[in-house]
Amino acid sequence: MAAHTSQSVAKAAGDDVENDVAARGRSRRTDSDSGNRGGDRGGKGASGFRRAVGTHWYAWAMVAPVVLVLGVIIGWPLVRGVYLSLTDATERNVSRTIGVRHIEATYEFVGLDNYVSVLSDPVFLQRLVWTVVWTVACVSITFTLGLVLANMLNRDFRGRAAYRMALILPWAVPGFVSVFAWRFLFNRDNGILNKILDGGGIAAIPWLDDPTWAKFSVVAVNVWLGVPFMMVALLGGLQSIPGELYEAAEMDGASSWQRFRHITLPGLRSVSMTVILLSTIWTFNMFPVIFLLTRGGPGDSTEILVTQAFREAFIASPRDFAASATWGVLILLLLMIFALVYRRSLRKQGEVW
Amino acid sequence: MTTANTARPRGSRSPLASVGLHATLVVAAVIAVFPVLWILLTSLKPPQHAITTDFVKEPTLGNYTYLLESSHFLDWFLNSVLVAGVTTVLGVFIAATTGYAVSRFKFPGMKPLMWTLLVTQMFPMAILIVPLYNLMGDLGLLNQPIGLIITYLTIAVPFCAWMMKGFFDAIPVEIDESGRVDGLNPFGTFWRLILPLAKPGLAVTGFYAFITAWGEVAYASAFMVGEENLTLAGGLQTFVTQYTSNWGAMSAASVLIAIPAAIFFVFAQRHLVAGMTAGATKG
Repeated sequence: MAAHTSQSVAKAAGDDVENDVAARGRSRRTDSDSGNRGGDRGGKGASGFRRAVGTHWYAWAMVAPVVLVLGVIIGWPLVRGVYLSLTDATERNVSRTIGVRHIEATYEFVGLDNYVSVLSDPVFLQRLVWTVVWTVACVSITFTLGLVLANMLNRDFRGRAAYRMALILPWAVPGFVSVFAWRFLFNRDNGILNKILDGGGIAAIPWLDDPTWAKFSVVAVNVWLGVPFMMVALLGGLQSIPGELYEAAEMDGASSWQRFRHITLPGLRSVSMTVILLSTIWTFNMFPVIFLLTRGGPGDSTEILVTQAFREAFIASPRDFAASATWGVLILLLLMIFALVYRRSLRKQGEVW
Repeated sequence: MTTANTARPRGSRSPLASVGLHATLVVAAVIAVFPVLWILLTSLKPPQHAITTDFVKEPTLGNYTYLLESSHFLDWFLNSVLVAGVTTVLGVFIAATTGYAVSRFKFPGMKPLMWTLLVTQMFPMAILIVPLYNLMGDLGLLNQPIGLIITYLTIAVPFCAWMMKGFFDAIPVEIDESGRVDGLNPFGTFWRLILPLAKPGLAVTGFYAFITAWGEVAYASAFMVGEENLTLAGGLQTFVTQYTSNWGAMSAASVLIAIPAAIFFVFAQRHLVAGMTAGATKG
């Protein structure tokens, strides 16, 4: 037992190269053998299997609860979701219980029909384009504002703590509460924004009732919600850049822009890459802002892919579970492609991630 | 844009730059604070003034008494506390050992596991919501807090495990080694040495999991129906629908939801920042 322990810890410390190589070799073999987690691993020779278990059973035991939970409540529904997307399930033909009567499911396997109908419908492209515009707009604006504010707050001046507190506030309020607050501010006839404009003699703006303004509004609210996180993360990154670098650069006569360009930005790289990835994924899937602010409206002008999927299953009548699952699978595929491309581009630039 | 660092001597900025700095920050701070403040003010106005621009005219607590006495607010609040609380405890409990294992050991299956944890975080609820809805329907768990708790674990578990890895990474491996020298096995090391050191990390992870569940909208809107079964996210929607708009009650409810969260947040904030940036740079 002690031997196993020492091996694991040595590996964790990363100082035992030989062990490391051996472990990697083993891991490759077992990975390819048995889908890498759970139960039976390593079909090739019981001794290799036993050795792997001997070495790694601690780690496997420790990750077992999560693997189990992931398998049961994510893996199974995921498989089921993919299956549903290949059927014609709606609320009328799934199994259900009305009173004491239980009705068996009668939906059927229809192959890729749902995908054909979703992808051949111009609605998909519309949603996709708007979702991409929405994501790019939100992430880029949020990142820029976060970077500017983080740089400002990273300086030494009076009142810094107070500003910081105020700027973090939107993050401290639960998202759905903020979205309702904004819905109140945006109200066409009675909202404070229009009343202020009115005071300045400007005609009321249909914030949430006009397709273009509604798009503007949802982006504005999402940026408002997202800036604090961005700012705090980048501030943390800024503070980890050694001050000597700036001093040296200043000695060498670098302008403030040059210092920003050649010290700050590279110093923030790893934090930036992480927060941009996270925030892209979050924004792409940002359900509450759109759902609570505009319900995808007016018409369907602010509907993103995720709210569309929700609409198919829970708002449309009859509820179309198969179509919703199809949208869901397509969203997941898009995100996975994005993550892979992103990772590859980072690798190319020599970033270890 | 100038980038000064903290090592720069105080007061080396030109007065103009100083004014610009403060002006920008003041504008940003007002934009950040105003919506929240406005909701607070609105909650104190009597219904007939709810949609006026007056700051506070005849302030009253009427909205609050209405909320607590004549609406289902307390039900929603308790539902939310129950669901988010249990989700947090279970999520952190299940995920802690995994965070440790992926932080400390190299084992076959680790890479795919890390990927799974990451990928499930980018899962849109769109893909899981229908199967989970049907599943909960079959099990009779729709409209039950337990159904929502199970559902929220799909969000909390991968996320907690991932975040805790970051916290465990920040604890020096030498501590594990000293535990090993003293004859502890990995479970003992984890339980007796590392877990106590990771308490702030556990707290932060738990806090995150809590606010995530507390603020979840999609599952809550789809799975819970009937006034008294809603969580806060669903309940708040009932005040302002297509047909009614009780902005007074809505704003009062918002304040009651936001204030405890914000106070908690202010205290946890320092740790949040430290934990998050550690996780972000090492992620």
